[in-house]
Amino acid sequence: MDLGALFGSYDNFLSFTIGGLVFGAIYALVALGYTMVYGVLQLINFAHSEVFMFGTFAVAWVFVALHGTSSAQWSLGRSIPILLVALVAAMCLSAVVALLLERIAYRPLIKKNAPKLIALISAIGASFALSEGMGLRDKFAQWFGLDHKLANYVSPGKARDVYSNPVSILPHHLFSIGGYSVTDVDLTIIVAAVLMMVVLDQLVLRTRFGRGIRAVAQDPESAALMGVNSTRVVQLTFLLGGLMAGAAATLYMVKIGTTKQDAGFTLGVKAFTAAVMGGIGNLRGALLGGLLLGVMESWGAAVFGDQWRDVTAFVLLVLILLVRPSGILGEALGKARA
Amino acid sequence: MIRSMKSLRVAAAVAGVAALSLTAACGSSSSNGSSSGASAFCGKNLAFIGALTGDAGALGQNMVNGINLALKGYNAKNTSCKIGLKTFDSQGDPTKAPALATQIINDSTIFGLVGPGFSGESLATGKTFFQAGLPSISPSATNVTITKSGWTTWHRVIGNDDAQGNADAKYLTGTAGCKKVFAVDDGQDYSVGLDKTVQSALGSALAGTDKISVGQTDMSAVVTKTKAAGADCFFYGGYYTEAGLLKKALTQGGFKGTFMSGDGAEDPNFVKVAGAQAANGAVLSAPAGPAPSGFGATGLYATQAYDATNIFLAAVKAGVGTEQKLNDYINSYTGTGASGPIAFDSKGDIKQSKIYAYFVKNGVLDVNNPTAIS
Repeated sequence: MDLGALFGSYDNFLSFTIGGLVFGAIYALVALGYTMVYGVLQLINFAHSEVFMFGTFAVAWVFVALHGTSSAQWSLGRSIPILLVALVAAMCLSAVVALLLERIAYRPLIKKNAPKLIALISAIGASFALSEGMGLRDKFAQWFGLDHKLANYVSPGKARDVYSNPVSILPHHLFSIGGYSVTDVDLTIIVAAVLMMVVLDQLVLRTRFGRGIRAVAQDPESAALMGVNSTRVVQLTFLLGGLMAGAAATLYMVKIGTTKQDAGFTLGVKAFTAAVMGGIGNLRGALLGGLLLGVMESWGAAVFGDQWRDVTAFVLLVLILLVRPSGILGEALGKARA
Repeated sequence: MIRSMKSLRVAAAVAGVAALSLTAACGSSSSNGSSSGASAFCGKNLAFIGALTGDAGALGQNMVNGINLALKGYNAKNTSCKIGLKTFDSQGDPTKAPALATQIINDSTIFGLVGPGFSGESLATGKTFFQAGLPSISPSATNVTITKSGWTTWHRVIGNDDAQGNADAKYLTGTAGCKKVFAVDDGQDYSVGLDKTVQSALGSALAGTDKISVGQTDMSAVVTKTKAAGADCFFYGGYYTEAGLLKKALTQGGFKGTFMSGDGAEDPNFVKVAGAQAANGAVLSAPAGPAPSGFGATGLYATQAYDATNIFLAAVKAGVGTEQKLNDYINSYTGTGASGPIAFDSKGDIKQSKIYAYFVKNGVLDVNNPTAIS
């Protein structure tokens, strides 16, 4: 244990904290998908991590398509045109995957009033299928004889290996907070995540769609009696979760630049944890939980060593749940203010 | 009928294993080669165990290509005594390898093993192969503890992690002129072994250590610690994905010192993950040099697998016909393979191991012009 590493110097303390916040912001965006679906359906959509993973691939694919495979290093400003296309593509692909999940893996079960446990197993199955399917994308292309034409996208024979964005985005120093160099990339990630959370929060609180979501979350039967189309509301929930996961995937690729068919797994677990920590079913809780988890991991890594980051984060989760069993902000989506 | 056949086969296999372990327990003083004439191994098979699919599948494929190249050359010349190959895909997973090892020792058509591919699976299966008396030569497993286990049938044609770690530490403090090195590994068998050797060889030049986990993407804490320790060099024991992410994060975090890693990171993907510019200047060591020009199989470890196979084939040519004599033959083998001079010490390690440093220049890992650093 080395408390000095974290608290010994103000500069290091800020470095660890801001480094954690950046990842926390990405956790928070992915956590939204878990928390919204849980709020409406009381279902943990374990395949949501794969929705995110598809988004990361969409970003890399867009860069390969519009830039080519030659390795390059661009500033954030120079990559913005392609990055915007990538953002749209990632949000679309993630949303499509999320909607397909809803249509294929959940709706038939919900219609037949299957127990929640069955839907959970279906979610885990869908998660494996999507992840392994991405790892076999070269084989799918081969069926159509396209594996060589699409070699840059499906990496024949190496589909399970890491897949990188050929353009690596170089962060640019903006200003310093007590010795920590804040870069445009870090700032963009945190600001974009918070902004999207605010927009989504307002969407749920103020629009008709949002009212529908809250109504179904509160009492599906009464909502149906009042004329709310609950199937549509569930679809909308998955759609919004998918869009946010696509945005998170874009931010993740800006920071990391590399993905893999199992890239969603660990991040998915973390995002789910963030959702529980903040209070599952609560949008603001997801943001708080995500940022808190990111910072706690980073502090844990600082004090105990990097291999302890998960231990620290999860011990903290248990402690929080012992004191507040429903999470820090602990209210359901349906009972949200306003 | 079926049942009795099965039990008969099991009994035969058990008897075979017992007999083999008896012979393996006996000394190893008998002469090699013995009589000329056709070997009893004619028409039988070598086995390969390693990752053919999964994350490290490409490496196993390289090895199989090397083995097949050697077999093809041999079988074309020795049509009356052909040797085949049976491959067993462990996916590099130490939990999957033991079941396959049992299959291999119970297969009476297998007389020798090229492999196992990785250190973890070698440790998990070494005892099984040793007790069955099956001679093995690994082209790529470099963990130090394997040859310290007393498995006299186990050999490797590649320098171990001690050799590499010592060479790496010497390079860092010597050629690179490092005063303070920050050393990190990912906690896996291979990585910890290499990293520990480097750390102890660095001595007072070690500025700090940390451990990350496989699949970790957020490297910001390591960067902060490295800079806080005032390190001018960085060593990482592990594989290319995390190595690439570390190099990228370090470069972006303003770390300007030498980045060095071992053979686990010596892969073109390292450059892709780190990004071409960020990867520049990285030094990646490996106990394997480039293949000689005109060599018919490409990829890391292909030459080692080719050499390992050729030792078995030389034994068959010399008329060796029992597994114990085969083991003796390997123990006293001396020759020059595609990867360099080959001879084994009493533990099964290669006597003369060469360690090479590969460099990332102009955004490319230069695999053809490494520098020998030991």
